[in-house]
Amino acid sequence: MGKTIAEKILSAHAGRDLAAGDIAICKIDFCFGQDGTSSLIIDSFRKSKKKKVFDPGKFCMVIDHSAPSPNTGVSEIHKKIRDFAKVTGVKVYDIGCGVCHVVIPEMGHVKPGSLILGADSHTCTYGALNSLSTGVGSTDLAIALISGKNWFKVPESVKIGINGSLKKGVYSKDIILHIIGDLGSNGCTYNSVEFHGSTLKRMSLDARLTITNMAVEMGAKCGMMEADEKVLSFLRKTSKIRSKITPVTADKDAHYVKTVSYEASKIEPMVAKPHTVDNVTRAAAAKNIKVNEAFIGTCTNGRLEDLKIAHSILRGRKIHGGIRCIVAPASAQIFKDAANLGYIKTFIEAGCTVVAPGCGPCVGTHEGILANGEVAISSANRNFKGRMGNPNAYIYLASPATVAASAIEGRIADPRDHL
Amino acid sequence: MKKGNSHVLKPFDNVNTDYIISGRYKFKISDMKELAKYLFEDISPGFYKKVRAGDYVVAGENFGCGSSREQAPWAIKEAGISAVLAKSFARIFFRNAFNIGLCVVQCDTSKIKDGDAIELDLDRETVINHSKKLKIKTMPIPGLMRRFLRDGGVVEHFRKHGDFKIGQ
Repeated sequence: MGKTIAEKILSAHAGRDLAAGDIAICKIDFCFGQDGTSSLIIDSFRKSKKKKVFDPGKFCMVIDHSAPSPNTGVSEIHKKIRDFAKVTGVKVYDIGCGVCHVVIPEMGHVKPGSLILGADSHTCTYGALNSLSTGVGSTDLAIALISGKNWFKVPESVKIGINGSLKKGVYSKDIILHIIGDLGSNGCTYNSVEFHGSTLKRMSLDARLTITNMAVEMGAKCGMMEADEKVLSFLRKTSKIRSKITPVTADKDAHYVKTVSYEASKIEPMVAKPHTVDNVTRAAAAKNIKVNEAFIGTCTNGRLEDLKIAHSILRGRKIHGGIRCIVAPASAQIFKDAANLGYIKTFIEAGCTVVAPGCGPCVGTHEGILANGEVAISSANRNFKGRMGNPNAYIYLASPATVAASAIEGRIADPRDHL
Repeated sequence: MKKGNSHVLKPFDNVNTDYIISGRYKFKISDMKELAKYLFEDISPGFYKKVRAGDYVVAGENFGCGSSREQAPWAIKEAGISAVLAKSFARIFFRNAFNIGLCVVQCDTSKIKDGDAIELDLDRETVINHSKKLKIKTMPIPGLMRRFLRDGGVVEHFRKHGDFKIGQ
């Protein structure tokens, strides 16, 4: 019997042949926490009475969720992170560096075939770089930090094919929202979801990362893609990886619990309505819902291509009077590139508020908390009640194009009317 | 485990970690006992005050979906809940719960009503619903996780054994 990508990567890290359902101890190539989870990682590490981390070069902490700090409670957590780093010699990507899921691949911590744990649920993002990366809790992460390993149940795999050409105004975000709407938020629980197909091959790496980022929104352990020239080029040029890169492919006779395929040309601009990510409809069917805040950014859609798309819609236009549009470039590098390319100027002239690289208002700790009864349209990955800081507010999720178009109209818009 | 009251959640399915403990509090409060006071606040205001030590949380499919915040199982544990019973659990929450020593069990929860007196028997893999006078079969808990529960969590497991004790 052939193997899936997940079975191959976990087998290689356990040092023995594994198949779906097996439980094994595997070596970790890299692990990290962010400012919402690192405090508990540090507590668990100290409770273990270990003095040293297994390898200071294989762990980092990223201050991105509330950065810069909005209050003294967070400031104390940030201080604890910085102090721990000094004592143990691990790296901190401090305020302004950006969202962990964008910073970590940029900084060269991800390679095809690697096994990565992050104390953040969207760690599944790096599957687009052909690594098995998955989110865990803080104590789980602390165990990896102490021992360099953790326990894994080898997941069953689901194969999703996406083929054909996307229509103008339709993006990878619309594809993944469409898929989650179809399979449900519980549709792939504990599975490794392998994405294949001609649509992906033509897609940029930025666009692919949006898809794997949201694999967890259907319950998946990881979202996997094969590595092609675009991935290798990113790893050499941006991540500056000099060591040997060995992509991992699925065997032709690998076993999948489910195989689904989608025709890209049939997908329209989509939105996820409050308060679940699988509550999906066409943007055209949600038109006329007034919005108070539009947000472009996050680990889902705050990359350079996303900002370029938003810029192309907002250039020479103004956002609707009386609404706010917040833009958070996902990393310092992206911020710099977007400034050099004139995108930031476009946003400022359109009336947007550009905030520091980081998670921005997505997690509801600062930078754009909604008032009671307000509606937001966001390029993020979650619209749970209370997510943006107020349980009495409503969040719609969409592509950066749909968010930008909605910011202009002051209501949910179909981006195709603005291209 | 001892007998306790069941608290059946609304919504029943897809109770996410933001509903368990809002992101507003996870940054503000690092004391888990204090955090427990805000348990389920956005979906069930005043929940913490209704709970007595040894009670059970009961839910449907995909309990604990969403973020990886470990504050979610911690808040449940510190509120004094014996175990969470649900039809299914989200992956990260499931791991986190056993790692911190909170028992979570998969079973058919449709036969448990809010306020029923129930009791979980881990050895017999059964939930006894004393109010309805019926027994519900639970899914077996993998050996490694039972060890974590016995040891009081994975950190304590590591302190005790110095490594993972798998398959023993």
